[in-house]
Amino acid sequence: MALLNSKTKAVLLGPLSKNNPVIVQVLGICSALAVTSKLEPSLVMAIAVVLVTAFANVIISLLRNSIPNRIRIIVQLVVVASLVTIVSEVLKAFAYDVNKQLSVFVGLIVTNCILMGRLEAFALGNGPWPSFLDGIGNGLGYGWILVVVGFFRELLGSGTLMDIQVIPESFYEVGYENNGLMMLAPMAILLVACIIWVHRAQNKELQEESN
Amino acid sequence: MNRESNVYTIIYSVVMVVIVALGLAFTHQVLSDKQIANENIDKMQQILRSLNIDASADEAQEAFSKLIQNAYLINDQGEKLDGTEGISPDDPAFSTELGDSSAEGMPVYEAEIDGATKYVIPMSGAGLWGSIWGYLAVEAEGSTIYGAEFDHAGETPGLGAEIADTPFKGQFKGKSLFRDGEFRSIAVVKPGRTVANRDYVDGISGGTITSQGVDNMLLESVGEYKSFLENLNAANR
Repeated sequence: MALLNSKTKAVLLGPLSKNNPVIVQVLGICSALAVTSKLEPSLVMAIAVVLVTAFANVIISLLRNSIPNRIRIIVQLVVVASLVTIVSEVLKAFAYDVNKQLSVFVGLIVTNCILMGRLEAFALGNGPWPSFLDGIGNGLGYGWILVVVGFFRELLGSGTLMDIQVIPESFYEVGYENNGLMMLAPMAILLVACIIWVHRAQNKELQEESN
Repeated sequence: MNRESNVYTIIYSVVMVVIVALGLAFTHQVLSDKQIANENIDKMQQILRSLNIDASADEAQEAFSKLIQNAYLINDQGEKLDGTEGISPDDPAFSTELGDSSAEGMPVYEAEIDGATKYVIPMSGAGLWGSIWGYLAVEAEGSTIYGAEFDHAGETPGLGAEIADTPFKGQFKGKSLFRDGEFRSIAVVKPGRTVANRDYVDGISGGTITSQGVDNMLLESVGEYKSFLENLNAANR
């Protein structure tokens, strides 16, 4: 059996574009707005969500034939919450500053609709390998939006990338100014809207029919 | 066994919870040394920031041990408690948290900058959403502020959270805790307002409750150190 047949390929790559959790399904917006004022926390958040969705999917998929139906949401929550706690512990140990910037949002991965959505809709009905790919795909689909938004917000809002100054001093001398609005959450939603706009323009089949 | 039976459900959840608890306890055990080290460095950075020194996490430890000459606990009368001196993270002066009722006393850090002694005292209080805390660096005469550092658990970004930013913290330098020989602390007022008989700084517009929290913290938490500061005053008169 090949590692990637056409079905698993669709599972992995679909969420990156045509089935993107953020810009098509509009899930996980809350954290996408909150952590993207800088590139670094966006990247860390993206990695954290990729890991949590992938492993939560695998674990639930392995357990799917043993979970009592009445408590399946609780089981899913316990699995997700433990993975999130582990991620949070690791961040506290190895990336303390980033963990402080992400503050409550690492913990709030538990309530990220993408996760519960994938567990319910995919992992409960598919084997571990497709579930793993589905988790990676959805995590990345969420993550790349975060990184793009974080990139523009940090570049235009602080003039830096990964805390390194990229807008040259001479720009500021001739009157360029950082756009403070970029640091506020509303600009994140406008940026997400711009991404949706470009994305829909590229993918005609996603456009709703107008009357 | 029937997957939908009560017995199965109960056994399933018990086993699951035990496994998860063991897993998380193990992770915490393995990582806790590293986490505590990070927290200590973070605390050192905060104390250094109250002395207007911005040290990165890598430099903090070295800068801290170079600048902080001594640290100890004091009792209610503001007297140094014997046997509590030491600036390493294991010493009581560093590990004691304010408001811990079982603690022997309250920590004071002594720093030396350009030949002059500064005293750093911790503060803790409540903001709008959660706890706020900080460090106040006081000149050797026990009244004039040399620097201040504030941080918070989760105040509103853009509003209350700005107490942790330089424009707010910078206002404290040069203010006096004592006026006419009385401890009055420093008031945090609405921008534009004034207060008659105490020094004051501008609060955060739109962060009223957080600003009030800082005001209370300056009065109550720093008030605990009143005797200590008075002793410093008396010694320098």
